[in-house]
Amino acid sequence: MRAPTNGPDVAAGDVLLAVENVSLSFGGVRAVSDVSFDIRKGEIRAIIGPNGAGKTSMLNVINGFYHPQEGRITFKGQTRPKMRPYEAADGGIARTFQNVALFRGMTALDNIMAGRSLKMNKSFFWQLLRYGPAMQEEVEHRARVEEIIDFLKIQEIRRIPVGRLPYGLQKRVELGRALAMEPELLLLDEPMAGMNLEEKEDMSRFILDVNDHYGTTIALIEHDMGVVMDLSDRVVVLDHGEKIADGTPDEIKSNQAVIDAYLGVAH
Amino acid sequence: MHMLYMIFIDPFMQMAQAPDLFAQTLWDGLVAGVLYALIALGFVLIFKASGVFNFAQGIMVVFAALTLVGLHDAGLNAFLALALTIGVMFILAFTVERAVLRPLVNQPDIILFMATFGITYVLIGFGEYVFGGDPKVMPTDAFYLPKGAITYHTLGGMVQFQKLDIAAAIVASIMVAGLAVFFSKTRIGRALRAVADSHEAALSVGISLEQIWVIVWFAAGLVALVTGIFWGARSDVSFALEVIALKALPVLILGGFTSVPGAIVGGLIIGLGEKLFEFYWGPLMGGGTDAWFAYVIALVFLLFRPQGLFGEKIIERI
Amino acid sequence: MLYREAGQFKTDYASDQAIFPILQDRIGLAVILAVAILLPFANNDFLTNAVMIPFMIFTLAAIGLNLLTGYTGLLSLGTGAFMGVGAYACYKLTSIFPNVNILIWVLCSGFFAAAVGTVFGLPSLRIKGFYLAIATLAAQFFLEWCFIRVSWLYNYNISGAIEVPQRTLFGIIVTGPRATAETRYYIVLGFLVLMTWAASNVVHGRIGRSWMAVRDMDIAAELMGIRLLPTKLLAFAVSSFYCGVAGALMVFLWYGGAEPTVFNINQSFTILFMIIIGGLGSLLGAYLGAALIFILPIVLRFAPEVLGLHIHAATVEHITYITTGVLIIFFLIAEPAGLARLWQVGKQKLRVWPFPY
Repeated sequence: MRAPTNGPDVAAGDVLLAVENVSLSFGGVRAVSDVSFDIRKGEIRAIIGPNGAGKTSMLNVINGFYHPQEGRITFKGQTRPKMRPYEAADGGIARTFQNVALFRGMTALDNIMAGRSLKMNKSFFWQLLRYGPAMQEEVEHRARVEEIIDFLKIQEIRRIPVGRLPYGLQKRVELGRALAMEPELLLLDEPMAGMNLEEKEDMSRFILDVNDHYGTTIALIEHDMGVVMDLSDRVVVLDHGEKIADGTPDEIKSNQAVIDAYLGVAH
Repeated sequence: MHMLYMIFIDPFMQMAQAPDLFAQTLWDGLVAGVLYALIALGFVLIFKASGVFNFAQGIMVVFAALTLVGLHDAGLNAFLALALTIGVMFILAFTVERAVLRPLVNQPDIILFMATFGITYVLIGFGEYVFGGDPKVMPTDAFYLPKGAITYHTLGGMVQFQKLDIAAAIVASIMVAGLAVFFSKTRIGRALRAVADSHEAALSVGISLEQIWVIVWFAAGLVALVTGIFWGARSDVSFALEVIALKALPVLILGGFTSVPGAIVGGLIIGLGEKLFEFYWGPLMGGGTDAWFAYVIALVFLLFRPQGLFGEKIIERI
Repeated sequence: MLYREAGQFKTDYASDQAIFPILQDRIGLAVILAVAILLPFANNDFLTNAVMIPFMIFTLAAIGLNLLTGYTGLLSLGTGAFMGVGAYACYKLTSIFPNVNILIWVLCSGFFAAAVGTVFGLPSLRIKGFYLAIATLAAQFFLEWCFIRVSWLYNYNISGAIEVPQRTLFGIIVTGPRATAETRYYIVLGFLVLMTWAASNVVHGRIGRSWMAVRDMDIAAELMGIRLLPTKLLAFAVSSFYCGVAGALMVFLWYGGAEPTVFNINQSFTILFMIIIGGLGSLLGAYLGAALIFILPIVLRFAPEVLGLHIHAATVEHITYITTGVLIIFFLIAEPAGLARLWQVGKQKLRVWPFPY
């Protein structure tokens, strides 16, 4: 694993990312209001809640795609002002998307290679020649990408444009692309949406392996409660943009506010 | 220092010193603007109902005018020629729907946009093949278009209004009003708006997309015909108009791609802006600025309001 | 049977990352190059001068536009003007410094085009799709106006046109009316081969991947650390460089002189059609598209004579328009990815022949 590019090292168990009093609205519509929680290094943190609870907006805030009107975010000990998405990527935050956001015209291999863009830096001149340092860099990163391809067991689809792959495999390639960034914090937006049981089990295994094997901290949004309770170390629950619960899976299961939110009890 | 004076002070001095010339330039700009607005209008119709960025709208104007004049030159009675031209525009709409839109349904917008390049080329080739490539003259008398000008002696000089231009402005207003009524009061108009909002939703309530597309392309063809008549009456009818027709694009940038009032306001702004700029600032730069002024204005405008004057701000989602 | 990769094992990633991993492809490429080099020995002036030189120049411009529109997804209608920038820059450079090697100036003129292209590419950060196409129209019409109105650009010639002066290289005349078709052919071929090779290197590496990433899903690309503005501007710069060199070659090694109308909006459209029909996002597509769009009118012009028919020249032109239009629509419907895709499909079929897949 690569050393963090900015900010001090964070030991396992320390807070890797802290969200404090974040509020976000679009032209008067509140998507997130006054939410605080933290993500500790090395854990799997689930963000759950009914549809429209502001979960995806929360991820968008964390990786700099949306700028919250209020509140602040501390990542690796650095509290950030406004941040651009590529700065978040540079700082070690990778992401998958609710509706697969792969580069559809590119092959699976190229998609994952694109995930390594940040780590490749040979100049335009060498790129023109595709020789010497540029070729060396290309081969070096290809080797790393092949490890990820082996890990996700997608060897035989390498050369296929991802637009033609079935949904489950697309999700897997997207995970591969995020892993290629060697992130410290991996955000997964509904990694198992639309999958059958077998695919879900595979994906769960991959997520646990990433967490174990690479020590990557993971924050995931998921609707399948069984999966969430099995995978995650801690769970934060959002409803209508507000945090209603935060704790271990067992605590969440017995939390009355959560049960009400999901069953729709009148407030 | 002199340059600054020439740019920032002198033009306004000229405007104040010769208000009649200023008024005349304003009027000329407005007239040009009406014509731009008309092309843009046909464009908006199609974009609203089918999401197609119809590059061929400008060519449709020329094609309609050419067909009309060609038929008239062939010895047909003016109104028979007009009726036949309307028929041709319908056939065109029908063919486009069958041969281009239907096979390309659900393709990305950019593919449809490029397909309209194809339509453009076919229309140019076909039009010139049938009617010849020489510029033609619109028989204004045969269509009872007014001639001559009204001259007012005011503002310490005189201002001329071509009757033809006045007629164009009136017809344009009637057409816009008619379209507004058509959209809000008729069954087809409502269906059209439904299609504009969502193709799938429209299909699910039993609106036939194919029918709607033929209708909008036909409507756009009629708008093109009217535009072509007035345009052709002011200058020759030839495919050289193609370049001028491209001016509808900056108009749409200003007005937004889906707004009928936007097309009108955008057209007037562009028409006024380029005439004033050419008249007062053009000489400083050697003239001919109306070739690019509209595009540069649109470009500058885009940098500040990418969604157009009347468009809504787009929130990106992932 | 001949086109098989069986038995060609790759033992390292370097050979698997090669641009032509299959041996037969490399042989085919070598054969084509050999034919291209030997072609002037056929001693057919019409073939070299009126077919091959313009075809290669159009291909170069099409590669340039394809880098921008096909690979990066930024639609440009200003290709003609960017070619013009190259041509006028080259003309001014060789007028001011007549003793410098003209080929250096051809290459340098590409940098001028790149600079202008980058400036007009700046709006691409905020503007997408059709809107950007209109921004490039601003470039087209503004630059075209400059070519007409700024008389310094054409050395105050009364005609308003540029006349290519005679320049020699190692004693051989390369530009001007006395340059032989063979000389000019080899120079254009040299530029085309080198620049195709460079373009192919760029699109297969990191930069090409970030261009395609921006094209396919710009938001995701940004969230992966690809900076949009530098990536798009680089695409504009490289694309305009290619167009600029193509423009300079067009005037200096083909026309021998030019009026501003050479670089008008129709030129932009012609190049755009080449890449639509050839295949967006494919270098091979630039070649195929340029061949079809440029050579089709020539065939149409001569076919009736060969068949013994006498058709008016104007009629041929109209038929060319119609055919081009129909072809565009046909390709968009039948194979939106263009001729290049058809070629690939054919190759794939050949690979598994006699089995269907």
